[in-house]
Amino acid sequence: MSAAPTETALKRVPLHELHAELGAKFVPFAGYDMPVQYKLGVLGEHLHTRAKAGLFDVSHMGQLRLRGANPAAALETLVPGDIQALKPWRTRYTLLTNDKGGVLDDLMVTNLEDHLFLIVNAATKDADIAHLKARLGTQATVEPLSDRALLALQGPAAVTVLARLAPSVATMAFMTAANVTFDGIDCFVTRSGYTGEDGYEISVPAKDAERFARLLLKHEEVAAIGLGARDSLRLEAGLCLYGNDIDETTTVIEADLAWAIGKRRRTEGGFPGAAIIQQQLAGGAPRCRVGILPEGKAPAREHTEITDGTQKIGEITSGGFGPSQGGPVAMGYVDAKYAEVGTAVTLMVRGVPRPAQVVALPFVPHRYYRG
Amino acid sequence: MSEIRYTKSHEWIRVDGDTATVGITAHAAEALGDVVYVEVPAAGKVVAKAKEAAVVESVKAASEIYAPVSGTVTEGNQALADDPALVNRDPTGDGWFFKMTVADKGELADLLDEAAYEAMVAESN
Repeated sequence: MSAAPTETALKRVPLHELHAELGAKFVPFAGYDMPVQYKLGVLGEHLHTRAKAGLFDVSHMGQLRLRGANPAAALETLVPGDIQALKPWRTRYTLLTNDKGGVLDDLMVTNLEDHLFLIVNAATKDADIAHLKARLGTQATVEPLSDRALLALQGPAAVTVLARLAPSVATMAFMTAANVTFDGIDCFVTRSGYTGEDGYEISVPAKDAERFARLLLKHEEVAAIGLGARDSLRLEAGLCLYGNDIDETTTVIEADLAWAIGKRRRTEGGFPGAAIIQQQLAGGAPRCRVGILPEGKAPAREHTEITDGTQKIGEITSGGFGPSQGGPVAMGYVDAKYAEVGTAVTLMVRGVPRPAQVVALPFVPHRYYRG
Repeated sequence: MSEIRYTKSHEWIRVDGDTATVGITAHAAEALGDVVYVEVPAAGKVVAKAKEAAVVESVKAASEIYAPVSGTVTEGNQALADDPALVNRDPTGDGWFFKMTVADKGELADLLDEAAYEAMVAESN
C-alpha cells in the first residue's frame, strides 16, 4: 500500500478541536485540515445521514456578502442565473462562467433584500473574490465573512432535530432562508444542502460554532459526518463536485446544468460565455455529463477512460462505491451521441475493459422538502 | 513453523514451507476504512517483489497491494469477492489476499519482523 501524503501548514476551521475530540481523521482539503471521517467510518456515516441526520462542517467554504445599488443586476453580468427574479429570502444555485462558457465556480446565492449572500467553494474562494471585485468594480462591493462557521445538518431527521431548537424551521421550504436564533445563538439558515437529502445549512458566528455544534450532537439522531461521506452522498445525488465534474473547461450545457440558466437569460444573455452557451442550448453540446452505472462490483474512479468498445468516448469525473446504492456509481462525460440513457459503454478499469451503462441521475432520489 | 514478515508498505506474508500467504496488516485495514472491493490475482500470475499484485478499494479510494517477494500466485482469496469487509474484520486471518510460491527465499530477509514493523507504525503515528 502507498503511504499517506505529508501534511503541510494547513488552515483550521473553528470546530477543529471538537472534530479531534470526536475522533476525526483529518486530511488536507483546499488548504484546510478537514475531518474526512470519524469513528463511524465513511460507510456508516453515509448510511447514518440517509437514515437519520448528519452534521457536516463546511466552514472551509466561502461566505460573502455582495452589496450595491442593484447587486442582483451586477451579479448577473457574471452568472447565467436569473438573480433579479430571485425573491427575498430565496436561495438559488448558479455558476460563475468564463468567456468560453466554462465554469469558474458553482455557488449558492440568497436574496437578503438589501444585499446578496453567497456561498462559494473553498478551493476557489480567493479566485472568486478577486474575480468578483475585478469584474464588478464600483457596481457592488464584496465582503468576505471570515468570522463565521458553516454547518450542514442533512438527512430525514434534520427537520425534527432543528425544530426542537427552533420550531419555525419546520415550515421552511427547500431553497428558502431565514434568520433563526437557537438557544441565544443568532444564525442564518437556508433549507438546502449537498447530499440529496432534506436538510439545512447554518451560518453561525465562529465564536458560537462549537456550542451550536454540541447542541445538535446532543440529539441521538445526529452524528458528525466527514468529507468522505459528503462526497459519496453528493455523488449518489448526482451533484457536481467543482474541480472534478465541472471546471473552466466544461461548459454549463455540457455539465447538464442548463436548468440553472434563467429563461430570460437564455435569450438575453449578458453573462460571460453567453454566445457559446446559447449556441449549445440551440444545437446541443459536443459532450454531456451523464450517470454511469458500472456492472459488477469494481468501482470506476475519476479519470477512468470510457470507450465504445474500441475507442475513447469520454472519461469518468467522479466515481466510487455508493453505500446506499450498494455498489459502484459514477458520473462522467461522454460524446453527445452516447449520452442517451441505456447506452452500453465500456470502462477501462486499470487496463481491463468492464461493461457499464449510461443511466439517469440521481442514483438515489432527492428528498427535498418542497413545502 | 510459520513465520510472518512485513513490508514497509503494510503487506504481511506468512511462509509455510514452499508456499506463502499474503494480506494487509490490521494497521493498513484500519487506515483504509471500510473495504468495498478487492481484486485478487488469479492462480498462475507471476508477481515481482514490490510490484502491484492486487487492488483494495475503500469507499473513497483505491490502493495497490504489492507482492512482498517474487513468485507465482497459487490461489486468490475468492471469499473477498463476495465479502470484501473480511479485510476489515480479519485482516491477518480470513481476509488474506492470495497465496504464492516464493521464488527466492533470500528476499524474505529484506522484510521487517513484527517488532520492526510495529516500531515503524508507532513512529509514523
